[in-house]
Amino acid sequence: MASQNKRIAKELAECTTSPPAGITITLPNDSDLHRWHVTLAGPDNTVYAGGQFGLIVTLPVDYPFRAPVVTFATRIYHPNVTNDSLGNVCLGPLKAENWKPSTRLAGVLEAVRALLVEPQPDDPLEARIADEFRQDRAEFEKNARAYVVRYAKGPVKFDAAVGAAAAGAEAAGGAATGAAVVRP
Amino acid sequence: MDTDDDFMSNLSSEDDMLPDDSDNDVSGDEDFGFDDEPDVYIDSQKDIGQRKKTPFDVSYKVFQPQDVQKQQDELIDEVNMILTIAKEEAAILLRYFRWNKERLIEQYMDRPSQVLEAAGLAQTTAGPPKLRTIPGFTCDICCEDEPGLQSFALKCGHRYCVDCYHQYLSQKIKGEGEAARIQCPAEGCTLIIDARSLDLLVTSELTERYHELLHRTYVEDKETLKWCPAPDCQNAVECRVKKKDLDQVVPTVACLCGYRFCFGCILNDHQPAPCQLVKKWLKKCADDSETANWISANTKECPKCNSTIEKNGGCNHMTCRKCKHEFCWMCMGLWSEHGTSWYNCNRFEEKSGTDARDAQAKSRVSLERYLHYYNRYANHEQSARLDKDIYHKTEKKMVLLQKESGMSWIEVQYLNSASQALQMCRQTLMWTYAFAFYLKRNNLTEIFEDNQKDLEMAVEALSEMFEKPIAELADPKLKVEIMDKTSYCNKRRVILLDDTAQNLADGAWSFNIEFMNSTSNSGPST
Repeated sequence: MASQNKRIAKELAECTTSPPAGITITLPNDSDLHRWHVTLAGPDNTVYAGGQFGLIVTLPVDYPFRAPVVTFATRIYHPNVTNDSLGNVCLGPLKAENWKPSTRLAGVLEAVRALLVEPQPDDPLEARIADEFRQDRAEFEKNARAYVVRYAKGPVKFDAAVGAAAAGAEAAGGAATGAAVVRP
Repeated sequence: MDTDDDFMSNLSSEDDMLPDDSDNDVSGDEDFGFDDEPDVYIDSQKDIGQRKKTPFDVSYKVFQPQDVQKQQDELIDEVNMILTIAKEEAAILLRYFRWNKERLIEQYMDRPSQVLEAAGLAQTTAGPPKLRTIPGFTCDICCEDEPGLQSFALKCGHRYCVDCYHQYLSQKIKGEGEAARIQCPAEGCTLIIDARSLDLLVTSELTERYHELLHRTYVEDKETLKWCPAPDCQNAVECRVKKKDLDQVVPTVACLCGYRFCFGCILNDHQPAPCQLVKKWLKKCADDSETANWISANTKECPKCNSTIEKNGGCNHMTCRKCKHEFCWMCMGLWSEHGTSWYNCNRFEEKSGTDARDAQAKSRVSLERYLHYYNRYANHEQSARLDKDIYHKTEKKMVLLQKESGMSWIEVQYLNSASQALQMCRQTLMWTYAFAFYLKRNNLTEIFEDNQKDLEMAVEALSEMFEKPIAELADPKLKVEIMDKTSYCNKRRVILLDDTAQNLADGAWSFNIEFMNSTSNSGPST
């Protein structure tokens, strides 16, 4: 456990001193290194520009031998993110068969950001949105922008329930924040 | 006793095979993936007694776990010698080529570096894998840097500490059940961890599991090998019938454990029906049988639009919810011809009524046809189960019989033979009905139905004798009758299977899958 914390502490230090572009990281609970709150700025020149997206990163107890779980705390209109309060995201490197213990979280977060720049409609979690993305780009962009205006403006709210559902193992840090978030 | 020979002919066919093929076990594998020989082997080796070759037998071999291991070892040794690469690397290459040695060697000779890279092997030849302690080393996974930390790297040079390697491997092996494709832990590195390196890094318990998983992938990788699906059986069966031949042959094999199954789809023995029909039939039965029974008993179809209608009370004046057609439930005729009052229908012979009933009858034919075959199929399935129950009682009977009549153990074996014959024949009969359901009528179907009838009558007769009380079973006359009937049943079964398999191989049957579709259309409309 100690050595795992060493790895996580090192990664956290790296990510906070020289964070990847458009990404800010906080710990909701300083004593719990296994739960990160990440704020991702919608990349420029995309439909998500101007939005602030909350990501909850949960590191399993046997991290880095098992992949972290990343979920969107902010709703987003995107082919690869479930269009619900769970905000599950489909990311190649996080699948069990692809995950390598040497993969860094900074790289994972950059992959999430890349997904906003370039959605992967061929590997969708939301088939309908993927179809729209392919066939009616104007409509997709309109909807995605509407979601940004509706959900992703102002300070990010990390809903406790979302993280707890995804985390499972890490119960301690969950309840500290965002208890009063009311979803429209 | 020729009855026994005949009866055992199917069970013993793998025994026949072994002496024939045992000398070319390995050379047989060299042909893997090549089409230079017929795909279907007719079982033509030496006859047992009067038995001649039968079109429904396919040749196959049963391998026990140690045989499977031996096969792998021999292939690995060969590649090791021919290509002069380490054994553990030869194993990785073979797994990458799904144990197709010919293709491996050919491609390796052409472009060794691409082959090595694709299979996850390094180009360099280094010494044997070993753990090292390097001053100033920091493990990139756990970030430990204490002095004296033992570390390991594959030929790619991505070095991690032993603890991290151990945890990584145990997560892969135990957590994910992965063995053949465990890569170097470095991001983006595709090098595969070989068995020898693994031995250095993990405990013997994990190594055991690792080899077990590899063993499993060997059988799963080879198209010609399949595990026996019987519970607790560890044997594998080799058969060269290919997937594309499954419309011409029903490759039924019997494992050494006694379990008979179809090599094509791993289901229980389903001769004479080809796999495709079996799949369709099982799906249909799962979807339809109970529903169809209920529909047949409780509903009628609208004479106009054929929607299935349940009358749930009320008068006979029906109005179809779908097409608004008004008709009489009793005679199925137009309601307008009934006048305006709600009297009971007594207009039986009116023309519109008979027309509507004719149409109705037609749409019912397909459903009833299905039920005809299904009920017989299900009946044999159930009877086979009952026969089995009786057999368990028979075992006790046999003991009793030995005591009461003074017969020896050998002398009461005829009950055992009879029971096995019943099981096997019922299994066959069951599937003849599924087969017949999809069969299009022609001259051949008459012969088929005659064969089916003969077998069925013989089976029912034997089944009846078999149920006789113990006192009668001891009668030598009945014993002879049972033995004769057993032999006759087995013969009839072989005749039926011969005929169906021959016609299947010749493509002489025609099937009516369209017919099946129209049947399912008569189900409840949505």
